[in-house]
Amino acid sequence: MVPPLRSSEDAPGTYGEGAPPTGADLLRLDDVNVRFGDRQVLRDVAFAIEPGQFVGLIGSNGAGKTTLLRVILGLQRPTSGAVHLAAGHELGGAGRPRRAPLVGYVPQKVMLDPDLPLRARDVVALGIDGRRPGIGLPSRSRLALVDRLLEQVSATRFADSRVGELSGGEQQRVLIAHALIGRPRLLLLDEPLANLDLNAGQDVVNLLARLAHEQQIAILLSAHEMNPLLPVMDRVVYLAGGRAVSGRTDEVIRTDVLSGLYGRPVEVLEVQGRVLVVAGLETPDLPVVSAGARATR
Amino acid sequence: MTAVWDAIFQAGFFSSDEVQVALVVGGVVAVVSGVVGVFAVLRGQSFAGHALADVGSTGGSGAFLVGAPPMWGFLVFSVAGAALMELIGIQRARGRDLATGIVLGGALGLSALFLYEDTTVHNTTGATMTVLFGSIFAISSSLTPWVVALSAISTAGVIVCYRPLLLASVHPDLAAAAGVPVRQIGAVFLGSLSVAVALSSITIGSILSTALLIGPAATAVRLARRPGLAMLWSALIAVVSVWLGVLLAYDSYTWPPKHQAWPASFFVVAVVFLFYLGADAGVSLRARLRRPAAGQVAGDGPAPAGVSG
Repeated sequence: MVPPLRSSEDAPGTYGEGAPPTGADLLRLDDVNVRFGDRQVLRDVAFAIEPGQFVGLIGSNGAGKTTLLRVILGLQRPTSGAVHLAAGHELGGAGRPRRAPLVGYVPQKVMLDPDLPLRARDVVALGIDGRRPGIGLPSRSRLALVDRLLEQVSATRFADSRVGELSGGEQQRVLIAHALIGRPRLLLLDEPLANLDLNAGQDVVNLLARLAHEQQIAILLSAHEMNPLLPVMDRVVYLAGGRAVSGRTDEVIRTDVLSGLYGRPVEVLEVQGRVLVVAGLETPDLPVVSAGARATR
Repeated sequence: MTAVWDAIFQAGFFSSDEVQVALVVGGVVAVVSGVVGVFAVLRGQSFAGHALADVGSTGGSGAFLVGAPPMWGFLVFSVAGAALMELIGIQRARGRDLATGIVLGGALGLSALFLYEDTTVHNTTGATMTVLFGSIFAISSSLTPWVVALSAISTAGVIVCYRPLLLASVHPDLAAAAGVPVRQIGAVFLGSLSVAVALSSITIGSILSTALLIGPAATAVRLARRPGLAMLWSALIAVVSVWLGVLLAYDSYTWPPKHQAWPASFFVVAVVFLFYLGADAGVSLRARLRRPAAGQVAGDGPAPAGVSG
């Protein structure tokens, strides 16, 4: 077991392999803070993810979802706090993985250039060895692996199409296959449903839920709209104003907890099977913000 | 039959030393431009390529002033310009844009001065033409080995960075998350690009060099679905364009007005442009023929027309 690595002398935030206390956690964040100048983007964010869990990272635009994902990927160094990945895996991001990385990533708002001379299968293949120098030689086992991944995400039909000419949902599936081919144990997706219509979005959610349960791949998916995720989410990390509460959906999506998180009264309503978080009525005695956040961890 | 052959390849075309050097140097440079150009197009760096060529023209005109071969001037200034752009502002897209603009303005001012001096003091209007529009028939054969060596260096840079560059062209964050040193890879590519631009400048001039760099590549990425094929197409189109340009320029000596050859650079760029138009029309036609056959496929909704933000 390796202690968390110091990322640098001047930055107290750490990122590295560690020994999670429970032993079961794949990823654990300890009081992660990120400040850009005098803007505090993340404030004492702490949560853990276990193998095979489907976790929704819910928050409105600007709540810090993308920053949080970038911290987990090692693309953004926390101002303070630590990110622990399960031991036995190489670092992603700044750590330059030598073996397959623990974490796979699907970035947000990807609409690829229609002129990109890459087929869907080429993008998937880049997930195997895209970080290596040189051109790379084709091999039978590589081709078979790419075919298998394309099949897993139901992308065989457009495997040979130009990736930039595919629909948003199709591109999303190709990028998921790209991330999965490196055999990650944790898959991060940044707003994968943002550009999709309802059907395509539901397809992606179902695909991810299947991966989580069949292959024990943990999913951390950010979204500003939680309703499409409610049937499949095992846990939720709710972000508002840089603070986070996490827990089971019924522990977090509650009027008292979210009011504490927002620091103002909000109400959780259920309308025709849909959960809505709306601004609530003023009440004088609010729960203390951080106490609410800690209580549900 | 021989009459047609003689009309196309006029007397002395194959025996002329100048033509031979032009074909060899032009061909090699075309291959490099074609290969490097594909990534310049994918990375949206065609303006950076043009800027490097303008900076290179300062070196080219300066070299004329001190009596050195312009190629070295092009090369030194183009590479130095790339290094400067990299130093000033690589972090933000806006910073990079401004850095490019600032370096560009300063360099063009200097080349105005140098070209003025070349033309007035040395009394050679040829300097301006050679630097800005190229004179492929005036390349010294002693430069050929250097051109080949520099071409190899530029191509090697692209080959080494091939997969990381492709990954970064899908999405820079994907590359960074996979552990690619995105910034360093970008710097290596900018180096390759600056060498390719310098080489292109000696063949068709600094102003037109972007056409050889971007035109064939832009055509190829429309035609090919695979990156390796796109590079092959791009190199092929570039070589055909340069060779056709050389041939037409040679032949134009007998065209009206008589004994007044047209510049090779004009023909090269014209052929590049025609290739692009042809490919564009071809791709549109193919899309129109396919569309009814593709029909509606169940599953996904249509792609969003555009992405905001």
